[in-house]
Amino acid sequence: MDIFLQQIINGLTLGSVYAVVALGYTMVYGIIQLINFAHGEVVMIGAMVAFSVITALAGTGLPPVLILLIGVLVAIPVCMAVGYTMERIAYRPLRRAPRLAPLITAIGISIILQHVAMIIWSRNNLPFPQIIQVIPYHITPSEDGATITNVQIAIISISVLMMAGLLFLVHRTKLGIAMRATSQNQQVAGLMGIDINRIIALTFVIGAGLGAVAGVMNGTYYGIAHYQMGFVLGLKAFSAAVLGGIGNLGGAMLGGVLLGLIEALGAGYVGDLTGGVFGSNYQDVFAFLVLIAVLVFRPSGLLGERVGDRA
Amino acid sequence: MSAHVNPLIDTKRNPKMIWGGVALIAVVLVALPFALASIGTAWVRITNLAILFVFLSLGLNIVVGFAGLLDLGYIAFYAVGAYTYALLASPQFGIHLPFWVILPIGASVACLFGVLLGAPTLKLRGDYLAIVTLGFGEIIRIFLNNLYQPINITNGPQGIVTIDPFRIGSFDLAKNETILGLNFSGPIKYYYVLLIFLLVVIVINMRLQNSRIGRAWEAIREDEIAARAMGINTRNMKLLAFAMGASFGGIAGGMFSAMQGFISPESFVLVESIMVLSMVVLGGMGNIFGVVVGALLLSFVPEILRYTVQPVQEALFGKMILEPEVIRMLLFGLALVLMMLYRPAGILPSAVRKRELAKARNEE
Repeated sequence: MDIFLQQIINGLTLGSVYAVVALGYTMVYGIIQLINFAHGEVVMIGAMVAFSVITALAGTGLPPVLILLIGVLVAIPVCMAVGYTMERIAYRPLRRAPRLAPLITAIGISIILQHVAMIIWSRNNLPFPQIIQVIPYHITPSEDGATITNVQIAIISISVLMMAGLLFLVHRTKLGIAMRATSQNQQVAGLMGIDINRIIALTFVIGAGLGAVAGVMNGTYYGIAHYQMGFVLGLKAFSAAVLGGIGNLGGAMLGGVLLGLIEALGAGYVGDLTGGVFGSNYQDVFAFLVLIAVLVFRPSGLLGERVGDRA
Repeated sequence: MSAHVNPLIDTKRNPKMIWGGVALIAVVLVALPFALASIGTAWVRITNLAILFVFLSLGLNIVVGFAGLLDLGYIAFYAVGAYTYALLASPQFGIHLPFWVILPIGASVACLFGVLLGAPTLKLRGDYLAIVTLGFGEIIRIFLNNLYQPINITNGPQGIVTIDPFRIGSFDLAKNETILGLNFSGPIKYYYVLLIFLLVVIVINMRLQNSRIGRAWEAIREDEIAARAMGINTRNMKLLAFAMGASFGGIAGGMFSAMQGFISPESFVLVESIMVLSMVVLGGMGNIFGVVVGALLLSFVPEILRYTVQPVQEALFGKMILEPEVIRMLLFGLALVLMMLYRPAGILPSAVRKRELAKARNEE
């Protein structure tokens, strides 16, 4: 039972990170029906920038939380700039092109970002400085029971806060109304006086900002950053977005958390269930199986509207 | 709808000149390996790999170019073909089937995987297919890496070694041989075999493009709803494109296995899928000769870079700043982005594709 609880906690932590990344996919998809393949790379760049900042400041004697905060505050604008540039250069000119075109540029951008990151930060695994002391708290009476660490608590609560903030932004502010209008019908929204280009660019920028925070959380949690980390993370987050119903903010959050739980429980129990034939090294397979299953049985996702097969 | 003109059966041109040109190309292709061998056998091997990539690009072209479905895990089918060949013709299980038995098996297995993957996703929008294939490519690699316990099937990251070469009776493609006073080394013999396979594939592709099936794919690519209204079974046609592309990948994988004699999951990473896609995009999606040119360019340019980048950088900066591998990848990325932005129909655009893309831009 303790293992079960422990896996639930790990799954929730993992899931919150996925959810925040998934929001980036789902926002962009919701507004211009584009899968932004390069979003995973934005998350990676966030982690890398924070890595550099934190490593540089680690010896200065500043309080660890402050250092981490500075890292995040530097990573966010960098990622936002990357997101904006990406939209401006690679996606905006292709907004009216056939669907295949922006997908292919997205892959191109993703490769370019990866290798530029590799040139800057080397191809090695970068150890994220462990400046925050990890304190485990027992959540059951027994001494060697399930624990939750302060880092996990921080990740879960920051994610929840960011999601709440985003929901508020989209549903309660003028900008949010403009975003929703643009996603429903760009031309009509334009006629109503909304600057569509600005709104779409802002969507990319907000998604990238969330991605930056997710990158830092991922780096702090696993203690490692790598120039290829964005790929698998992005793939999983996308699966999460599809699971919840792509284009739907609540769906991305639900999908992310569910996927995290599925992965943690799956990896924890797959060895026992299959008699040791498959081990936890198959962890990365679960996200994909979930994706296939959702596409077969409920293509619109858990909370999504019908996607249909618009060409 | 204008009539479809195939440049090869364009009656306005002088048939004598066309046959003269074909004969000239044939002579060059036959003589090429010996010319390359005089520079170094390595270049013959590089050429062989380039031909294999042309083969792969043509397979992917059926999926991406003809039918307009973005497949980002194409290398998985190549891997399936390669591993099928390796398992059926190596000491791994002690099975040694001849290649003409295994290649069709490899193609069928790859085709089966293609159908299994395509069936649930092809009825959805193209973007989903892209992501699912991307994931599929990774999954295949994870399985290849891990299927060595509890039963050793793929031998894990170490890969499979001493795979049989192509062999008919005592004629072995991997051995050196002197025929008519010419020294035929292993790579040179493979070159000819690959060339024959390639020509067959090019002919199949050309026939396909102008067939009923090819036109159906084109119709689906241009407007799926209209295509369905015209009575095309869009799902089955898309599945067919996917399965055919997969089978070509499977055959190419089998040849890769036999040629290298050693395979490991390392050869089937995502980057390879992207590379094949870049080749198709660079050459012009849907244009067979464009794709051939694109594949040859992206196969040879990185090899040439490998030999020139280091000396040039050392001369300029005194040390190596960018590894050739990084430059190669940046090149692929840039090729994808710039081609889509400025020349979406490829370096040698197909007539239909060009019209279609131009129309999409003017529609506003």
